[in-house]
Formats: sequence, C-alpha cells, structure tokens
Amino acid sequence: MPAIETRPRRRTRPAARSLWTALPRQVAVIAWKDLRAEMRTKEAVNASFAFALVILLLFSFAFDPAEEQTRLISGGLLWIVFAFAGTLVLNRSFARELPNDCLDALVAAPVSGAAIFLGKALANFVLLTAVELVSLPVFGIFYNVRWTEQFWPLLLVVALATWGVTVIGTVFSALTVNIRLREVMLPLLVYPVLIPALMAAMQLTTALVAGEPLAGDLLAWLRLLVGFDVIFTALALLLMETVLVA
Amino acid sequence: MSQAVAVEGVWKFYGDFPALRDIQLRAEPGACLALIGRNGAGKTTLLRIMAGFSQPGRGRVSIFGRTPREAEARRRMGFIGHGISVYDELSALENLVLFGRLYDLPDPRRAAEEWLERTGLAHVRDGLVREFSRGMRQRLAVARAFLHEPDLLLMDEPFTALDDRAIAVLQSLLRHALAEGRTIVMSTHQLREALELATDVALLSRGRVAFTGERTAEMLADPGWVYAHYGES
Amino acid sequence: MREKLLYALGIIAALLIARNLFHIFLRFPDEASQGAIFRIIFFHVPAAMAAFVGALVALGASIGWLTTRRMRFDSLAVAVTEVSLAFLAANLITGSIWGRIIWGIWWTWDARLTSALVCWLLYAGYLMLRRAIEEPTQRATIAAVYSIFAFVDVPIVIFSIKWWRTQHPQPVFWGGGSFPAEWYVTALLNLLAMVLLGVVLTAVRLRQEETQREIDAMRRYAHAM
Repeated sequence: MPAIETRPRRRTRPAARSLWTALPRQVAVIAWKDLRAEMRTKEAVNASFAFALVILLLFSFAFDPAEEQTRLISGGLLWIVFAFAGTLVLNRSFARELPNDCLDALVAAPVSGAAIFLGKALANFVLLTAVELVSLPVFGIFYNVRWTEQFWPLLLVVALATWGVTVIGTVFSALTVNIRLREVMLPLLVYPVLIPALMAAMQLTTALVAGEPLAGDLLAWLRLLVGFDVIFTALALLLMETVLVA
Repeated sequence: MSQAVAVEGVWKFYGDFPALRDIQLRAEPGACLALIGRNGAGKTTLLRIMAGFSQPGRGRVSIFGRTPREAEARRRMGFIGHGISVYDELSALENLVLFGRLYDLPDPRRAAEEWLERTGLAHVRDGLVREFSRGMRQRLAVARAFLHEPDLLLMDEPFTALDDRAIAVLQSLLRHALAEGRTIVMSTHQLREALELATDVALLSRGRVAFTGERTAEMLADPGWVYAHYGES
Repeated sequence: MREKLLYALGIIAALLIARNLFHIFLRFPDEASQGAIFRIIFFHVPAAMAAFVGALVALGASIGWLTTRRMRFDSLAVAVTEVSLAFLAANLITGSIWGRIIWGIWWTWDARLTSALVCWLLYAGYLMLRRAIEEPTQRATIAAVYSIFAFVDVPIVIFSIKWWRTQHPQPVFWGGGSFPAEWYVTALLNLLAMVLLGVVLTAVRLRQEETQREIDAMRRYAHAM
C-alpha cells in the first residue's frame, strides 16, 4: 500500500466568495457533471429519442398524416411527443444519484439546494432540447409540416416551454426519487401541473408552423408561458432545500 | 474554541415514533467519538442529522458553532456513508475534480491527483469507476471524503464491507487526521477497529444515549465492556 | 367536548340540508327555461366553493407543516384534501348530469369543466403520492411541497383554460343573474351546510389520520423491541 506521509496542512478554505459569483459556478459544475455522465452512457437521451420516434409513428395510425387537418393539430401532436419523451430524461435526473448514494455527497457539499436544482435543471434542459431539436425535422418530414418558416419564434417557444417542463420535472424528480413506483409516479404528477405550459406551447406551435407571425393573440400565450416559467422557477428555488433535506 | 460537534436535545420522529430521544453529545476538536449500538438504535439517523441530510424534529446540532446546513460548516465536514458516493459514469479523476470544484478548492485538479496518489489509484485515474474493482471503489470513496481536508469526519460504518487494503488505507488516514487535530465521529459495529482509534465512546440504545464517556483501558481490553455494563439485557 | 361539538355541527348541517331540500324540491317552482333540472345548481355551485375553501385550508396546513413540523398539520392537509376532492367530484358529477339534460351530452371540453377536472387530477395526485411513501415524516414534507405546487398551479390552469372557448353558463348567482331573493338565501344556506359538512368530515378524517399515525408508531415500537 502507498506510503501516507504527514504533511503540513493546507488551508483549503479560500476566502468566501459572494453568492453571485459562487452560484453560477456551482450550477455549471453540477450541470457539467450530469451532462458528462449522460454522454458516457446516453441511456436517457437514446431512450427518449427512440420513444419520440415511436410516438410519432403511432400518431400516423391515429389519423392520416397527409390531411390538412393534421397540420391544424400539429402543435398538440408535437408537444405530446416532447412531454412523453421528456419524462424519460427527467426520470433519470435524480435517479442518477441513487446508485452509490451519490445524492448524499452532493447534499453534503457546500452548495445550496437552489444550486443543485439549477445545475440539474440546466442539464435536463440541454438534453431535452437536444432530443426536441432532433425530433423536429423528423416530425416536419413525416407530417409534411413547414416548421422552418417561423424558425426563430418557434425556437423561442420551444425553449420557454422546455424550461417549464424541465423545472417541474426536475423538482418532481427530486420529490419522487426515494419512493415506490418512481417511474410511474413522475409522469402522473408532472402532466397535470404542466397543462398550462403545454397548452400555451401547443397553441403557439400550431400557429407558428402554419406560418403565422408571433403577434396578436399569440403574445398572450407567450406571456402565459413566461409567467409559468417565472413562477415555478421561483417556487422551485424556494422549496428545493426543503425537498433535499426532508 | 467551540465544540467540533454539539448535539443538544435532538429528537427525530418517524411520524409519532421517536427514533432519537433527547440526544446530548459533544465532540471536542481532535476527539474521535465512536457511536456504538445495535441495529436500529439510531446511529445512522443521528449521523445523518449531524451531516445535515435530515432535520431533527426537535433540538439542534452545531458543527463548529454553525448549523449543519450552512456552507461554512459543510466545507469543514466530510461524510462517508454506506454507498461510495462517487459516480460510476465518471473517471476517478473526474469524480475528484468534480467534488474539488464543489468544495471550492483553490486547485481542484492538483488536490485530486494528490489524493489519487495517496490512495494508490494514480495508475487508473482516467478509468471509469464503473470498471473498478470493489477495493478500488472504496479507496476512491475515501479519497473523495478526504479531498477537501475536512476538520470533521462523519463516518457511518466505515470499516464494514471494506477489503483489507481499504481498511489499512482508511485506518492510516484516520490516525494522521487525528494527529493533525481533526475530529472524527463514526458509527460502527467493528468494535475492535473503532475502539483502537476512539478517544470517546457513546452507546445508543433504542434512540437514547445509554452511555457516553472517554474510552478507557477496560474497553480496549474487552470490546464488549460497554455493552456488558450499559447495554440493554 | 370535541366530540359533542362535532355532533352539534353535524346536526346543524343535517338540519340545514333538510330545510334546503324542502325548499328546493317542494317550494321552488320549475325554472322557466330549464325546467326541473335547474335545482341541481343549489348543490353544484356550493360544492365547488366548498372544494375551493378546502384547497385553501390544504395550502395553509402544508405551509404549517413545513414551518412548524407539527404532524397535526399534515393530518389536516390530507383530511381536508380528501374531503375537498369529494366535493369537487360532487361538483363534476352534478354538472355532468345537468349537461346531459340541458346540452344533451355528459361532457364537453369547455373551460370550466376542463379546469375542474384538471384540478381534481392535481389533488388526486397528492393522494397517490402519499400512498407511495412509507415514512410519515418524509411523506409529510414531500406531500406538502407537492400541495404548494398544485395550489399555485390552480389559478394558472383556470386562467389558461378559460382562454379556450367557454360553453359553460356564466355565473348565475353572483354574475348579474336575476334570481328571486329566496334562491340566493337557499344557495347561501346550502353553501353553509356544505362547509359545515366539510368541517365535520375533515375532523373525522383528521382523527382517523392521527389514530393511523399512532398505530404506525406502535408498530415501529414493536419492531424496535
């Protein structure tokens, strides 16, 4: 076994940094860790994308993809696909911490519950967005939808709604991490809470892929989406510490 | 100087059931407190409350004069639990650098490499933990807990399930830690190993402190001494 | 003492309901356009209101648990949520019956129906979540956090679904309807009766929950021996 020599103690505690420089750094470290781990195995992302494809395929049996009518409900279709596929990623978020009791080490580290939440949410957001951006062209091809016409507004909507899904999903992933039937409970709890965000996303997406500009009534839906994100992000930041230190 | 650990009137409830009842415990800086007791006596529960993983129903814990959830207290605390608490999908080095960053070490990479060296894992530093043998994983867990050179080490059954080499590494590290004036609180069933290190002993019985005091020569001679004198029949 | 108070409240609720039933079914004439079925509104609207009051109490109890760590708050939260779900179910069912008679359909995806259903699902999730957690203290915390999320979501759900076309009649009692004064009185008295009934049911459920917790603690004692 290696020799363990005594050596002068190093002062490892640097001068306390202010919250505003420490928090973003901690968030980045945690997000990087989750992304790195996921990229090694790609379990969640692969499963999520494959699931998205399967649902897209199944929908084609439910109604004729060639019909004009399909395009009227395209936003709804797309967000059902995203929401279903998303839970596969979100389920893994805190479940990833279970083997080896990693969550203990994370909670023991001098980072706040808010930092853990934001780090994990950021990683989930990146993974979900990746799955969605790959699914989007596939959807466009299969269902003959011109999703590129209002590309930037559509991207904004996708980002806002995905953040909403991520916030709720990350918090609930932490809530359900230690309970029985975790995989079943998460979607059961997440979808009803997400309904306002998903509705707004569906309305906006349907209009945008039909070529309508982001104006008029659509702005009201956009505001709803922003409001949903802001309210639940604040609530999550407030309550995460309570969830982690039950 | 304030106590390293002060547990004052701590109760923990599972519903109405008190898993811990009015626990009073102290550990001076530089002490090594061995928490002993049967399964279900509340050792793990108490350690998790000290570590700030769970809130006491009543009473308070202070770590160097601060609550366990304050960042300053956690920076000075290291925890080794039942799991190894390192990520299977990351390499040994990545794991340690990750925790070095979370603990805000001045040079996380150097600290990580040093500790890989000390635990004899330098040659596999880029290997994924998933591919490690049991003993290597355990030594990495030890490196993870010591990485930020905590002033207080909380350990839940540290010797259980360790292989010989990991026990040797851990014991040697703990001796040095104590020599450097760090504090250790550990729960254990391995009385002999624990009592050799311990300066103080606390016996938990059904959620209460049945005995607490200095480790005496009798205990070392007969590890069952505390149980024989203070344990339930 | 507490027992007697509960009995008294229960009796008052029963008397009120008897009085209201007498008025609703025997005294009031059929409404001009809807006929006999309009009477259902005397139950439909107060049930929704009682459920809403219950949701408020559940929020307060959840915050109470998180801040004071008294188990009684958790018991109150689960008791009042269950009772409110029953009231909301009564609201949904009476609404559905009314819809079958007046619209000819049991259900339509109109704003109010949809939001009531979503709210019901939100709080049903609360009960399902509880069933999945064994340890009472941990269960209380997790359920309380969920309950707060659910409550915050309720106005957003209602508001967003309202932006869809509404088929539901506009509020008749407090929205500029032209009903006789005694109808208002009966509706209010029925609301009072339902709230009292809710209080009694919640109190009974609360006691069950506390007993359940005692039993759980005894079982844990037995295991610890």
